[in-house]
Amino acid sequence: MKPRLTEAAQTALRRVARGMDRRGFLKSAGVLIVGFQMGGGHSAKAQFGQAALAGSPPNDQLDSWIAIGADGKVTAFSGKEELGQGISTAQQQLVAEELSVPFERVNLIYCDTALTPDQAYTSGSQSHPANFRDANLALAAATAREALLKMAAQRLGTPVAQLALAAGVISVKDDASKRVSYGELAGGKKLNLALDKNAKRKPVSEWTVLGKPIGRPDMAAMATGQFEYVHNIRLPGMLHGRVLRPPAVGATLVNVDEASVQGLPGLVKVVVKKNFVGVVAEKPWQAMQAIEKLKVTWTAGAGLPKQSEFYDSLVKQPSRDTLMVDSKDTAQTLAGAAVTLKSTYLHPYQMHGSMGSSCAVADVQSDRATLYSPTQGVWYQKSTGAMILGLKPENVHVVFRRGAGCYGLNGADTVSYDAMILSQAVGKPVRVQLSRKDEMAWENYGNAWRIEERAGLDAQGNIVAWEHEAWTPGLGNRPGPATPGNVVTGMLLGYAPAAFSPAAAQPPRAYNNNSNGIPSYMAGNVGSSSGGTGTVKSEKVLVHNLVSPFWTGPLRSPARLQNTFAHESFMDELASRAKADPVEFRMRHLRNERVIGVLTGAAKAAKWETRVSPKPGNRKTGIATGRGVACVAYEGDNGYTGIVVDVEVNQDTGKVAVKRMWVAIDAGPISNPDGLRNQAEGGALQGMSRALGEEVTWDDQKVTSVDWRTYHSLPLGFEVPKIECVLIDRPNEEATGAGETAITVIAAAIGNAIFDAVSVRIRQIPLTAERVKAALDARS
Amino acid sequence: MSVTLKVNGRSHTLDLDPATPLLYALSDDLELRGPKFGCGLGQCGACTAIVDGAAVRTCVTPVSSVVGKEITTLEGLGTPEKPHPIQKAFIDEQAAQCGFCLNGVILSAKAFLDKNPKATEPEIQQALSGVLCRCFTHSRMYAAIQRYAKAVAK
Repeated sequence: MKPRLTEAAQTALRRVARGMDRRGFLKSAGVLIVGFQMGGGHSAKAQFGQAALAGSPPNDQLDSWIAIGADGKVTAFSGKEELGQGISTAQQQLVAEELSVPFERVNLIYCDTALTPDQAYTSGSQSHPANFRDANLALAAATAREALLKMAAQRLGTPVAQLALAAGVISVKDDASKRVSYGELAGGKKLNLALDKNAKRKPVSEWTVLGKPIGRPDMAAMATGQFEYVHNIRLPGMLHGRVLRPPAVGATLVNVDEASVQGLPGLVKVVVKKNFVGVVAEKPWQAMQAIEKLKVTWTAGAGLPKQSEFYDSLVKQPSRDTLMVDSKDTAQTLAGAAVTLKSTYLHPYQMHGSMGSSCAVADVQSDRATLYSPTQGVWYQKSTGAMILGLKPENVHVVFRRGAGCYGLNGADTVSYDAMILSQAVGKPVRVQLSRKDEMAWENYGNAWRIEERAGLDAQGNIVAWEHEAWTPGLGNRPGPATPGNVVTGMLLGYAPAAFSPAAAQPPRAYNNNSNGIPSYMAGNVGSSSGGTGTVKSEKVLVHNLVSPFWTGPLRSPARLQNTFAHESFMDELASRAKADPVEFRMRHLRNERVIGVLTGAAKAAKWETRVSPKPGNRKTGIATGRGVACVAYEGDNGYTGIVVDVEVNQDTGKVAVKRMWVAIDAGPISNPDGLRNQAEGGALQGMSRALGEEVTWDDQKVTSVDWRTYHSLPLGFEVPKIECVLIDRPNEEATGAGETAITVIAAAIGNAIFDAVSVRIRQIPLTAERVKAALDARS
Repeated sequence: MSVTLKVNGRSHTLDLDPATPLLYALSDDLELRGPKFGCGLGQCGACTAIVDGAAVRTCVTPVSSVVGKEITTLEGLGTPEKPHPIQKAFIDEQAAQCGFCLNGVILSAKAFLDKNPKATEPEIQQALSGVLCRCFTHSRMYAAIQRYAKAVAK
């Protein structure tokens, strides 16, 4: 929303801009809160002056995380940002809880390279574990509370044990007239303390703010069209850019005919740098028209592999191999098994497909730059932005501003480079928003996978050996500290993506779940450690990394989702072969209480009927119903979800309709039950869309899924399954990831339910009607 | 050339190429934050505004075609302090994650329900068949829309 800064706040900002240090800003934080309250705005864009150009404050110092205003309000600084997942609300609750102040009295500032601690990326389900365990933001808040209590003890001449704390006021237990507020104790002052590893978090049993379903403070602004996304930033003198991507993968620039756009209204400049082409105009519509009319000649593309033969081609490519676990006896055990089973699962490239195409605003001056970006890694935009601009990193200030939900590495980083290059070329602030096609044809897709599973059962139907072998092509990734070529703009500017070199597998040295490469049912024995969650000791996991023709990067539950689709589908195949109930069969091979907890939690909620799949008595015509189950220990120990789904399969058309879902989720102590539920519901449905329809497509030159007609996301207009969430609270465990577990299990659960309903096993995503119908037609 | 648009009850005279899509007039000239560029192709709903009572995809609607008509954007319905009942329903249900699609969802649902107050759930679904939410907060959104639907049906 538009920041409504109070006059005092505006004055404070001007003072900051005149060269006050970060501390000066903090002193002003109390008055600033009014303006930041509802999501902040770029007017906190505040030209912070020299302060903005300083490095991030040190992570081990309390003042880097927490500041007490003279009015007793608390400003917290976090390196984990709000992407729509609700983490800012939970972080605000965390600070309010640990400091015993009302929720509304905490202001949270996140991911600004001049103001907040450097917590690397906001990604990989790491925000909840990073900031809600006994470290970082949680430890800072606990340290601050204990420090304030000690200060009060001294001020009031009473031991800490005799003090009570409520709403930011510390008072003597048996004499409430003796009291002192946070503002009086520390308002506007540095606390000058290191984070105290021994500072005690409040026990979950005493929580009154954390753990409660507090609504998101940004919701009203979003629902009323007031919220300021990065797309809405308007700087004085700001111009608008548009870029032109190559027409084919691998095409390079031959010629740009600038005369073709000469005299177009509003056109400011055509910018060409190596293979990068863009225009800057006074208005976005003018920039769009200019880019459409600009005559550019490119070479032909490098040529793309045939999509129909793509998965088969993967096994023939040079690869970099990783052995994650290898008991070295799987071949022998499989040879001696009563039954062996082998299946191949295929998962396509998929898109982040953000609702709004990516946007960034850059203001690049001759010796310094400010970037407003929806990137998940502001510190890496700072270092790589400095590289592409030829500036010193300390002179690049990156401020996170929310974009549309990204679900991983969408176009945010690449458009940030676009904006910086175009702004530098004209010496004025430039806003760039990608076209839908530029976003979809060139984003860093979630990787495609080919996964082979082999297992053996003994005479009692227990798994005695399991081999997992996977092939996955990749190109580029997050830019990291120094690899701008990992996204398309960097490549067009002449930077190479991270190098790839084939290598043979080395024996695993330490247990690593490796993005759920290791199935939950393996023992995970490496050396003397047994890091897995399952019972199968004869185990081997081998992954082949290959070069991708398309850009790839993390997409919500990267690799975990694709691996889990294979593991959990295969587990169902094994259960069916063993004539075992799919839940009971899983339980038999698990030895981890938390994954068992979500599995049984979902099954219980669904009133799971113990029986073998497929469902007996289903007819081979018309609509058939079935149920499926799947579960995951996300990365082995960072979040747990079990899911049960009911589906209907129309055997005339092959269309699959998911009717109900039961989702059990365990993310440790629940920080905000409504936020957790929102993540579980959204994750399950987003995963359903990915499972049923989403696939990147291409021809011999270029990507052909470039809009919402050619890339199939489920719209609002379908019968949404009824979702029941079971939230499993674990007050005595550590916080884990929460946002990527439900999406990880849904594809397998749907596939398993299809099998239950119609006795066909679909091993390739998406589970389209055509694919299901073909399998039904082939059914004996 | 000069184009006069009536937006959220106020007239604005803007210097625009008449072929300019309405979205750009709203989000750039008037700096409104409700209507958003999602696809520029009329496929996702993010740019929706209500024009003379009907939900319109402003990214593919030239300004010349809406001169003299009543244009309402998301901010024209209510404010954070005083949200419109359908906005309040979305806030109460916490029916969003990133919130970028809310404009299209709320305005499409409102325009449809105001004209079809007795609409059934499948009819509402049909009306939203071209609206996207990529965070997939669908369940909550339908709960919010049902709250509003019940209120208009009364």
